[in-house]
Amino acid sequence: MKTNNPSRLKDFLTFAGVILAFLVVYIMRSRGMLTRSLSGQLVPICAYVVMAISLNLTVGVLGELSLGHAGFMSVGAFSGVVAAMSLASVIPSPVLRLVIAMVVGAIFAAITGVIVGVPVLRLQGDYLAIVTLAFGEIIKDLINCLIVGVDGNGLHILFNATGSRSVSDLHLMEGGKVIIKGAQGATGVKAIATFPAGVVLILLALVIVLNLMHSRSGRAIMALRDNRIAAESVGINVTKYKMMAFVTSAALAGAAGALYGLNFSTIVSSKFNFNTSITVLVFVVLGGLGNMTGSIIAAAVLTILPEALRGFDKYRMLAYAIVLIVVMLGTNNPQAKALVGKLIPHKKKGAEEGA
Amino acid sequence: MPKKIRSVNESPLVPVPTDSYIPKRDLGKLPVLEARHIGIDFGGLRAVDDFTLTVGSTEITGLIGPNGAGKTTIFNMLTKVYQPTRGTILINGKDTGPMDTVQVSKLGVARTFQNIRLFNEQSVEDNVKLGMHNQINYGMFSGIMRLPNYWRQEKIAHERAMELLSIFNMQDMAHMKAGSLPYGAQRRLEIIRALGTNPCLLLLDEPAAGMNPSETAELMENIIKIRDTFQIAILLIEHDMNLVMGICEGIAVLNFGKLIAKGTAEDIQNDPVVIEAYLGKKED
Repeated sequence: MKTNNPSRLKDFLTFAGVILAFLVVYIMRSRGMLTRSLSGQLVPICAYVVMAISLNLTVGVLGELSLGHAGFMSVGAFSGVVAAMSLASVIPSPVLRLVIAMVVGAIFAAITGVIVGVPVLRLQGDYLAIVTLAFGEIIKDLINCLIVGVDGNGLHILFNATGSRSVSDLHLMEGGKVIIKGAQGATGVKAIATFPAGVVLILLALVIVLNLMHSRSGRAIMALRDNRIAAESVGINVTKYKMMAFVTSAALAGAAGALYGLNFSTIVSSKFNFNTSITVLVFVVLGGLGNMTGSIIAAAVLTILPEALRGFDKYRMLAYAIVLIVVMLGTNNPQAKALVGKLIPHKKKGAEEGA
Repeated sequence: MPKKIRSVNESPLVPVPTDSYIPKRDLGKLPVLEARHIGIDFGGLRAVDDFTLTVGSTEITGLIGPNGAGKTTIFNMLTKVYQPTRGTILINGKDTGPMDTVQVSKLGVARTFQNIRLFNEQSVEDNVKLGMHNQINYGMFSGIMRLPNYWRQEKIAHERAMELLSIFNMQDMAHMKAGSLPYGAQRRLEIIRALGTNPCLLLLDEPAAGMNPSETAELMENIIKIRDTFQIAILLIEHDMNLVMGICEGIAVLNFGKLIAKGTAEDIQNDPVVIEAYLGKKED
């Protein structure tokens, strides 16, 4: 393989950029240069960046619109929290517990991905989008019914579909603790997620997605996006590769969810609703379909933006929307692009990449 | 008497071509394609009916007919994009009855499309590598982890892709996006991608469409070159009669979904039924 391939260089620059940004922010934080609200945002930003990368695998690389990605994040968050809390006495190291929680979150989200994928991936286009939306909501409601506790005998799980059961039905032994209390969500979570761990997860997600894209499987996935009939004619198994992309994407979202869930002391399943799915989709579309670098930048900027606009108080969502519209126009309108190119001459190359 | 159509479950029979027009050099070898009485209905419309064709293992065959005669439909049946309603298709003696497009492709049937279908967002080289998809053997895990197998296989694939691109002198375009290629190059790339699947039967759907006479002449040479180099059979749909009469050994003529004539170029040109299909009936 040639190493001077332009796309490889771009991948390399993406990695370098993420590491550089991490170092800058890390040093700034240790010197107390970040505001309190911004340093509290660091882990969620990492989680959203990973979400954007993983959704870009489904939307940009596979080319199927998914509107229920927050559902996988939710599965990852709650299974991760359960794993981390129930192992708290066995494994004292918070780093190791965080890693285990992310792996567990990824596995459970992947399993959910398979269950959702089997019926959903038979559909195409708008229909697929609508069904994924429904699945996202179903996952949210299912988790709303869960009551989970842990004691010396292990995990106790109750499914509270009728609303008649409560925590006392778990019959926990003395010293046991409740992890998930139905609609109240998981409370008393020890926040063990850290910013460096988030950055490592971003890098890992990048390695997985970019290496996948440049491999035989990734080419097949992109071939399905570009021309399904031609892909079949050269012997590419449609179901297999759709499933591969969808499940990988779900697993990464699960890991991101675990990271996110372990950053707060309380986490409720209504956090992972349709709005969250759409927010992540906005990151992906704004950053460019199939463009991982764009996804990272868009996710980071658009997560910080509402916080940064707090000074505008009630106009901040309006300002957020205006920024979105301006960026959309700026990246898609040829005249606006030419204007930007004129204003910043050496920005031209960047504008081409964004196209 | 109509021939009994073999059901899928019976053991494979040795095919005995009864009315084949395969070239002499292919005699004694298994014909690469035997389509027996195939037909397809779309609702009440009988799009193709009772189509029978045998293609020898290194034969260049033409499939011609007026617009709407059902030529592309036959290609779609041979590649199982459509499942034939009636009849049997044997590829190298194997019944393709229960198979789908992917399995038929693995048996060695490759095609190009009338309206070009490339993977536009991917590079020319990757398009060829996608053709070679089932010749490259490493899984998703090796790809993500970049195991030694990945590097080994990708190196072989790269070399093979360049070799295939050199047939049409397209090595320099390897890094270009397939969608940004000029029209003629896109047609050639589609043929190369099909060759990447290591086929025994290559189906070309109007390869000369939109080409000028000198490009067509070059294409004719290249089709013969491909046949000679790869020792494969080629079945092509084409409206350019110079091309068809120039390189096709056997020609099948289709009209309103029915085979109306089969034979050599000379037979076809003098066949009154063919002349009527193309030019209409003489009024006297």
